[in-house]
Amino acid sequence: MRQFRRSGGSARRWAGVAVTATAALVIAGCAPADDTPVLTWYTNPDDGGQAEIAQQCTEQAEGAYRIETSVLPNEAASQREQLTRRLAAGDTSMDIMSLDPPFIPELAEPGFLAVPPSDVVEATTKDTLEGALAGATWKDTVVTVPFWANTQLLWYRKSVAQEAGLDMEGQVTWDQLIEAAADQDKEIGVQGARAESMTVWLNALIESAGGHILENPEASADEVRLGLDTDAGRAAAGVISTIGQEGLGSAGLATQAENESMLLFQGDSGSFMVNWPFVWPATNGAVEDGALPADLPDDIGWGLYPAMEEGKDPAPPLGGINLGVGAASEHQDLAWDAVQCIVTPEHQTQYFVTNGNPPSSASAFDDPSVEEKFPMAPVIRDSLDLAKPRPQTPYYNEVSTAIQQRFTPPSSVNPETTPAETGQFIQEVLRGESLL
Amino acid sequence: MTSVPTNVPAVDPDAAEDPSARRGRRRAPRSERSRAEARLGWWLAGPAFIIMVAVIFYPVLQALWDSLFNYRLTAPDEREFIGLQNYATILADGVFWSALGVTALITVVTVFVELILGFALAMIMHKAIKATRGLVRTVILVPYGIITVVSAFSWYYMFSIDSGFINNWFSWLPGIDAELNWFAQGSTALLVIMFSEIWKTTPFISLLLLAGLAQVPDDLSEAAAVDGANWWQRLWRVILPNMKAAIMVAVLFRALDAFRVFDSVFIMTNGAYGTEVLSLLAYRTSIGRLEIGLGSAVSVVLFLCVGIIALIAVKVFNVDLAGGRGGRK
Repeated sequence: MRQFRRSGGSARRWAGVAVTATAALVIAGCAPADDTPVLTWYTNPDDGGQAEIAQQCTEQAEGAYRIETSVLPNEAASQREQLTRRLAAGDTSMDIMSLDPPFIPELAEPGFLAVPPSDVVEATTKDTLEGALAGATWKDTVVTVPFWANTQLLWYRKSVAQEAGLDMEGQVTWDQLIEAAADQDKEIGVQGARAESMTVWLNALIESAGGHILENPEASADEVRLGLDTDAGRAAAGVISTIGQEGLGSAGLATQAENESMLLFQGDSGSFMVNWPFVWPATNGAVEDGALPADLPDDIGWGLYPAMEEGKDPAPPLGGINLGVGAASEHQDLAWDAVQCIVTPEHQTQYFVTNGNPPSSASAFDDPSVEEKFPMAPVIRDSLDLAKPRPQTPYYNEVSTAIQQRFTPPSSVNPETTPAETGQFIQEVLRGESLL
Repeated sequence: MTSVPTNVPAVDPDAAEDPSARRGRRRAPRSERSRAEARLGWWLAGPAFIIMVAVIFYPVLQALWDSLFNYRLTAPDEREFIGLQNYATILADGVFWSALGVTALITVVTVFVELILGFALAMIMHKAIKATRGLVRTVILVPYGIITVVSAFSWYYMFSIDSGFINNWFSWLPGIDAELNWFAQGSTALLVIMFSEIWKTTPFISLLLLAGLAQVPDDLSEAAAVDGANWWQRLWRVILPNMKAAIMVAVLFRALDAFRVFDSVFIMTNGAYGTEVLSLLAYRTSIGRLEIGLGSAVSVVLFLCVGIIALIAVKVFNVDLAGGRGGRK
C-alpha cells in the first residue's frame, strides 16, 4: 500500500513536469520569432578567433544578420570532403565557408561558389598580397576573398648554422642545409609523411627549380600536361631522395608531418626545419609549460624558405584560408556584406595576434602589435610575396594523392624514375584508367 | 504437436522429401481468429517491414545503378552511362588486387587467432567459479566495449615512433629498437593493425563461443571421460562438434566484420605503405575523389565479397541455422 502511494505520488510529479514542459513549449511557440537572417559560417578549427570575429561582425551588423559558426573537421582534406558533398547537394546553409586555396578550383568549376560582386572584390582585395590573391582566383576571376595567408619559413638553430658557417641573413640553398646537417650529424625537419604536406614540399621544390607540377592546370582531365619528368622535377626529387636515403630526416621521416617535424627540431638533433609559423607560439608555449628548455627560443632563428640553387628565388609554400559563399545560399548579399566585415585589415591583425595565422592584407602587417607578438612577421610578409600556390586545378585531389603515394617514403624516391612514373600515374588516374 | 489434416492433397513423391513441403502438409487449418490475428500482425509490422526493406535495399540498388556510370560529383553534367567499364577498370588494376589481398590477410589471420584465443577465454569464463564469474566476464569484455576509433588511436600512439613506448619496452627483442618506425612499412604496420583488431574483438568471439559451450551437455563429456577419453579427445570428439553452430556464427560474424575493416587502418596508416584495404579504397574513391561511379563499383565488389564469405561459411560448416539445431546435415 505504501509502495502504491509512492508510485502514485511519482506519477503526479511526472504529470506536473509534463504540464510545465508543455506550457513552456506553448509559451515559447507564442513568443515573437527572431526574424534576423542567420548566416552560417563553416570555419576550419582554430583557437576561437573566427567565432570571435563572427560575434563582432554580428554586433556591427546591428540586426541586419547574425553569423553562426559551424566548425569543420581538422584535416584540410576532410574539410573539402564535407564542403563538396554539401555544395553538390545544394545545401542552402552554405552561406560563408573558410576554404583552403588548393580546393577552390574544384568548387568553382561546377559553379558551386557564388562569384563575388565586383565592388566586394575591389573593397576586399585592394592591398592583398600577390600570392594570396593568386590562390583566390580561378580562370582569371576572383572567386573567393582572401582572409588570411600562410607560408612556410626556414627555421634554424643558430648554433648549428653558426657551426656550419652559413650566412643566414642571405638566401640559403637545400644543398647547404643538407651538407651542414650531415657534417654535424643533425637532422632536418621536413614532412615526409604520406599526406598533403608532401605535395606542399614537392611543389615548393619544383617551383624554385623553375618548373611546375602541372604545365596547364586549367585544362580538362584528359588534356592536363605534367611537368614532373623535367630537370626541375628530377632536381626536386633529388632533394627529397637525398634527405630520405641519408637518414637526414630522422627514422620517423616516413610518418612525419608538420607537428612531428617541429618536435624533431625542438629536440637535441634539431638543425633546420621548413614549417608554418605556428611553430613559434607552440615552442614558446611548451617553454612556458616547462616542457622545453628555457633557452631554446634564443637559439631559434628564421629566414626565407631555402632555394634550389644559389641566385634563384625560393618558392615558399602558400597556405591560408579564403572565404567563399555558396551558390545555393539564400542570403548571398548579406553573406558578402559579412565577408567584407570579416576580412578587414583590423580583423586580420587581430586574428594573427590571437590565433597566429598571418594576414593576407599587406596593411594588416603594419600594426605594431603584430611584430611584438611575431618578430618574424616581416619575413612572413616577404615570404608571402614570393610564395607559389599549389597546382590550381579541379583535379587537385587526384594530383596531390598520386604525388603522396609515389613520393613517400622519401627514401624510396629515385630522381631518375619517380617523377616520370608519377606523371604517367596521374594521367592514368585522370583518364579514369587507374584506381588511386 | 499438430494433427495431420484429413484433406491432404496428393503431392509429387519427390516433393515429399522437401522439408518445407513436409511442414506444409502438417499445418492445421487456421481458425478465423488466427487468420485475423495474422492480418493484424501484418498491419502492425508491415510498415516497419517495408521501411526496413527500403532502407536495406535502396542503397544497394542505388550503388548498383551508380556503378554503371562515369559520374563525378563535381561534374554532374558530364555523367555518362558506361555499362560495366568501372568493373573492368577495377579488376584490371593492381591497386584493387593488392587491397583485396591485404583485406583477406587481415581477415584470415585475425579470425584464426581470435578463434583460438576466444575459445580459451570462453573456457576460462565457463569454468570460472561462481563467485568470480561476473568479474572475469566483465574484465574480458572490456576491450570490446571500447569504440574502435579510440582503440585504434591508442594502438597508434603506443607504437608511434614519436610518442610510443613499445620500442622502449621491447628493445630487448631482436628487430625492435628506438629507430623502428612501425608505420613506415606494410609488414610492421599490418602487424599492429592486426594486433589491435585481435585485442578489440576477441571478447566478441569468446562471448559467442561461451554461449555455444554452455549448450554442450555435461553428461556427454562425463560419459566420454568414463569411457576413457582424455581431455584432448573430449574437446575434439565431444565439445567442438556439439558447438558447431556457435563456432560458425562466431567465424561468420567476425569474418564479415574483419573483411570490412576500416577504422584501424584509417587511423594508423590511412592505407599508406601497402596497408590499403577494400573499404578504404571504396571510401577514398567515392568520398575522397568524389568518383561516385567508380567508388560505387568498388563498394559493389566489396558487397559481393562479403556475400561470398557468408556463403562459404555456411557451406563449410554445413549448419542449418533456420532449423535451430546445430550440426544437422
